[in-house]
Amino acid sequence: MFLARVVGTVVATRKDERLVGLKLLVLRPMEPGGEEGGAHLVAVDTVDAGLHDRVLVVTGSSARMSTGLQDRPVDAAIVGVVDVVEMAAAPFGKGGKR
Amino acid sequence: MNLASVRGTIVATVKEPKLEGQRLLVIQPLGCGGQPVGRPILATDTVRSGVGDTVVWVRGKEAAFAHRPADVPTDAAVVGIVEAHHMPRGGGPEGAR
Repeated sequence: MFLARVVGTVVATRKDERLVGLKLLVLRPMEPGGEEGGAHLVAVDTVDAGLHDRVLVVTGSSARMSTGLQDRPVDAAIVGVVDVVEMAAAPFGKGGKR
Repeated sequence: MNLASVRGTIVATVKEPKLEGQRLLVIQPLGCGGQPVGRPILATDTVRSGVGDTVVWVRGKEAAFAHRPADVPTDAAVVGIVEAHHMPRGGGPEGAR
């Protein structure tokens, strides 16, 4: 799983019928330290996240284990809205709460 | 499976119901020589590991199997806490440890 920032929404009227009723958001991956980067992705929102929220994302077939996503063609799902990230001081990253 | 170092924790009040009660950790994957490999990722925890621990973690659909019942939507899970690991001198690209 990884952290990401919600940066947009997707509207797709014509789509696989198993995606009807699902909310699709555009995400930008981010590091625990707050730096954003990497390729954007589209994920199904299961927790009513909003624009600019920092979210928890699961990918792969595990995304289909989220509530209501069984047997749907989904490979990325938002499974949480992150309140706090606490990191220990380490030589490879910044410490403290964010 | 791979090694990782536990670097932090995540608090998420609003989340998928199947993640309720699950500990969410920030882990840094490690090579066998102890060096960081790639970016930190987030993982669920099944062995009560703590920040600073070196752990074994599993990725993909199999991460869900670390939980009982195996319907937790996770693609990374900590499944063991490492006390020691040994590599024969000259074995592997990272060399001896």
